[in-house]
Amino acid sequence: MRNVAIVFRRELASYFATPLAFVFIVIFLVLAGAFAFYLGNFFERGQADLTPFFTFHPWLYLFLIPALSMRLWAEERKSGSLELLMTLPITLWQAVLGKFAAAWAFAGLALLLTFPIWITVNYLGDPDNGAILAAYIGSFLMAGGFLAVGACLSATTRNQVIAFIVTVVVCFAFLLSGLPMVLGLFQGWAPQVLVDAIASFSFLTHFNAIAKGVIDLKDLVFFAALIAAWLSANAIVLDMKKAD
Amino acid sequence: MIEVNQLTKRYGSLTAVDGVSFKVDAGEVLGFLGPNGAGKSTTMKMIAGFLAPTSGRVSVCGHDVVDEPIAAKSVMGYLPEGAPSYAEMTVAAFLEFIADVRGLTGADRRGRFDDVVGRLALGRVLDQPIETLSKGYKRRVGLAQAILHDPKVLILDEPTDGLDPNQKHEVRSLIDAMARDKIIIISTHILEEVDAVCTRAIIIANGKILADDTPEHLEARTPSGRLEDVFRSITLGTAAHA
Repeated sequence: MRNVAIVFRRELASYFATPLAFVFIVIFLVLAGAFAFYLGNFFERGQADLTPFFTFHPWLYLFLIPALSMRLWAEERKSGSLELLMTLPITLWQAVLGKFAAAWAFAGLALLLTFPIWITVNYLGDPDNGAILAAYIGSFLMAGGFLAVGACLSATTRNQVIAFIVTVVVCFAFLLSGLPMVLGLFQGWAPQVLVDAIASFSFLTHFNAIAKGVIDLKDLVFFAALIAAWLSANAIVLDMKKAD
Repeated sequence: MIEVNQLTKRYGSLTAVDGVSFKVDAGEVLGFLGPNGAGKSTTMKMIAGFLAPTSGRVSVCGHDVVDEPIAAKSVMGYLPEGAPSYAEMTVAAFLEFIADVRGLTGADRRGRFDDVVGRLALGRVLDQPIETLSKGYKRRVGLAQAILHDPKVLILDEPTDGLDPNQKHEVRSLIDAMARDKIIIISTHILEEVDAVCTRAIIIANGKILADDTPEHLEARTPSGRLEDVFRSITLGTAAHA
């Protein structure tokens, strides 16, 4: 645990050592706001809730989270620091967890900084703050899911651009699998079990369930299992492909 | 003591290291010599626990590198080829990170930190990001990281590559000063370095050990008495295509 914390601190500090932290947070906040106000018609709806804000989170994460995760391991590979990290007395798992936790905490910080919109909606009306808190938790969990996918794919290459593009594509598939138009492709012929299985892999399905204000155990388990599975794959990929 | 027993590494059909065995005792400075691509770095990466051997064993101070990686890595300091580090970190932050990982605390930590910074003359650049440093400084940061916890075993992959003659001399003095009670393995293709710091040299080509002797004995093998001629006659015989 001590070693996880050491890796975590170093990784998190490295975000702030470069303009990356600043650029990411500013763009995240601007886009989150722009989507909520312009596309989501935050004011015009005349309802005191944050639905227009959270609705766009999956799509925002689709491009921003891979930008955060692409450097996680690809950069270590490229610079050779992976060799240094792997010959220090820390285990592979401590390194994987520490780096992932740092990226997740950073995404969490960006999310926290959207708090003015929460204050705004409370000023304008009388929203269901429990539901908003649940949506924040759901959004944070979804960010973790995206990040775990990105961390694993970043470990497969030394090229950050490749890591970014592949992560976007895989995350897109995870998002889309819950949309009616995708499920419609299967509904005609495939057994209902398969359609349900595909739908159950969707980030959207689980995020929307939580965003409605209901934190169901099965949605929590989904994200926890997803993160655990991708991080396991991350560790395996690193172990197998250390030399390249 | 380091014991390397029948160490082999294969990449598909390519055998990078082929049944290498040797022992190193405390107080020895072992020089690894060989042409580029001979398997020097691969052998060192396996000793340091970065690459898993295809077969064979490495034991460092009684700890098997594969079975007890953390114990083995704890007693080792390793400078990878090219001295990689975290470019965006400052020298001080990077060394603090290494001190954290190595579990150094309190007065011991302060003492080790100051000692290493002094020995490698890093005082002036402590607050600079590593990416802004010259090649010579980067190499010294890599060395500082390797010796920070005063390890019993030092594995240095081309420690003087990219240094100017004065810096090379300083690094050699540093190795000399630490040699008495440590095991040091360095790889190099600078032959004068072997004469200057090593008590023993292993010449390796195509993944196999071709000679394992003191520099003096190796030099005695040719009439000219020059290590360079020994190196050429030994490695060209079997690695003419390399």
